[in-house]
Amino acid sequence: MEELTLTGELLQYLITGLTVGSIYAMVAVGFSIIYNVTEVINFAQGEFVMLGGLAMVSFHTAAGLPLIIAFPATVLLVTLVGILLDRLAIRPIKQPSVLTLIIATLAFSFLLKGAAMLIWGKDPFDLPALSGRNPIQFFGAVIQPQYFWVMGFLVLVAISLTIFFGKTILGKAMSACADNPDAASLVGINVKLMFSLSFALSASIGAIAGIIVTPITFMEYDRGAELAIKAFGAAMLGGLGSFPGAIIGGLILGSIESFGSGLISSAYKDAFALIVILGVLFFKPSGLLGNVEISKMKRF
Amino acid sequence: MKKHLFIVLGTFISLSFILPTLAFSGDSYKVGALFSVTGRASFIGDPEKKTVNLLVDQINTSGGINGKKLEVILYDTEGDSTKTRLFFRKLVTQDKVCAVIGPSLSGTSLAIVDEAKRLKTPLVTCAASYKIVYNDKTKKIRKWVFKTPQSDTMGVEANYSHLKKRGINKIAVITLTSGFGKSGRQELLRLAPKYGMEIVADETYGPKDQDITAQLTKIKSKGAKAICNWGIGPSSVVLMRNWQDLGMSSIPLYRSQAFGNLKNIELAAGAAEGVHCPLGPCNIATLLPESQQKDVCMKFVTDYEAKYNEPIATFSGHAWDALMLVVKAIKAVGCDKEGIRNEVENTRNFIGQHGTFNMSADDHIGLNWQESFTLVKVKGDNWAPAN
Repeated sequence: MEELTLTGELLQYLITGLTVGSIYAMVAVGFSIIYNVTEVINFAQGEFVMLGGLAMVSFHTAAGLPLIIAFPATVLLVTLVGILLDRLAIRPIKQPSVLTLIIATLAFSFLLKGAAMLIWGKDPFDLPALSGRNPIQFFGAVIQPQYFWVMGFLVLVAISLTIFFGKTILGKAMSACADNPDAASLVGINVKLMFSLSFALSASIGAIAGIIVTPITFMEYDRGAELAIKAFGAAMLGGLGSFPGAIIGGLILGSIESFGSGLISSAYKDAFALIVILGVLFFKPSGLLGNVEISKMKRF
Repeated sequence: MKKHLFIVLGTFISLSFILPTLAFSGDSYKVGALFSVTGRASFIGDPEKKTVNLLVDQINTSGGINGKKLEVILYDTEGDSTKTRLFFRKLVTQDKVCAVIGPSLSGTSLAIVDEAKRLKTPLVTCAASYKIVYNDKTKKIRKWVFKTPQSDTMGVEANYSHLKKRGINKIAVITLTSGFGKSGRQELLRLAPKYGMEIVADETYGPKDQDITAQLTKIKSKGAKAICNWGIGPSSVVLMRNWQDLGMSSIPLYRSQAFGNLKNIELAAGAAEGVHCPLGPCNIATLLPESQQKDVCMKFVTDYEAKYNEPIATFSGHAWDALMLVVKAIKAVGCDKEGIRNEVENTRNFIGQHGTFNMSADDHIGLNWQESFTLVKVKGDNWAPAN
């Protein structure tokens, strides 16, 4: 095996940084959608990813269903869990303060984690890579085909959401809720439905993230919490509520972690990301792409 | 009404004093056990609990120890040092055990070594760090503490000597940030000069990391010819997967003896192919040459698999060794804590699951790495001797 050049080394950090970052981005987008429509920070967001991965293992590996059926089945299942979260934990609360709702999502995340532990146990599970494992050499760096799938899905999600929010009535209705829920209900938008929809949408994106990342990193029952915290950081970095911000925040965070642990020290890997987030919040609290006015209008 | 209340209360209070003493007049030898049956280290504590249950059954159905039943009182430490300390105290002061086996982890074991001395109770642990039996500060062996696993020192020596035999001397070290990983790293660094190893990269990773490619990339860039890993758990599985994915499997990966569980190979889903590690005899019972060692191992392995429908883990063997050493001592001197301590310390030629134990006042481990370790590598879903 030839020596690894500096270019190769840096390129490798970038590639894996963008791959991990894409996962953070997808989870962060989920945060942003829910936050936008409901002002709630959904701390069960990481659990959607975990459930996506593990449910896919059950459908595809254990039950042997072909990919073409298992994939949508998994996404549907996790979407239902997302709707359940809204119905069981969010809606029933009589006079919701934002803090109460956030704690409700946190409690739901523990429930999901516990259920996952009972169903799947504590072991990590694997999924077959979508297009094999032959590494692709690229100027000294090694790219796994699965990395392309991860980044590809992020692009797909980004484009789909742009079309959804920009061009469809439903998407515009959800954006209207984000701007002003009272005005939205006055023009006939069913705000409660929009709430459910935002959870459903975030859950489905989280599920997709879980399915495509498991072939790279395995998946186990307690992956959710750490993922949620990092992705929340990414969302804050990019500007909470801005979904391009969530994507950029995620990619930047992943890259910082990768370059930081590679070039400086792997012992402080988690610290780098947090230091940068703190830095951004000191200088621009609304995040990189956040709108200062909009963030003032939000209660949280 | 009040009179009735007093009578009822009085009865309950007297009973609560009398009943426990009734328990003590039972005819059994009590041994305490502390294992991390649940929690993050359940993959260590659970096989140990299974072993203990198997042995207690077998011993009691064949007459017990000198006619008396063996009773093991087991508490789940959940891998937590505080709980371990509390349960240890309970075992000694309330349950009045003759000796304690376990804990499963280096961290939780170190938390009670001083208590064992204070309460003068023999403790035979199932954890790896040599510091458990050796007080680094006073440079003395801990009188009341023994351990049955090969220490991390031995695993490192086994790996290093194999690498040296292969002519590799430029290595990278990548360790888990847990107590186990840190202790291993210390030994890897300390013993490197003895085997002529040049460490070109010294990386770490966390127990919950899902991506270790950055560290591996750095190792690749420094031109390491072999990678010595010390760690266990899900993130170490990710490490092997990343090692494969980055096309680095031509750089041999050496892991610690804690990797020794067929289940780990299965979990890795192909990522463990070609990985090297040192293993004690019970793990490779079928590969051993015909000998008493093989007989001892095969019997345990077959009984365990028959009862639990799963292969043994390397940790099952450690619990076997610990309990049987204590049982052997009780057989000789009964429930005399000082006597048991002396008996265990004077163990000679005791064939256990992980080798032949020869303990002494200077050696509370009793194994040496040359005899109790065989270097193996993963081939398919099983171990094969490493060339």
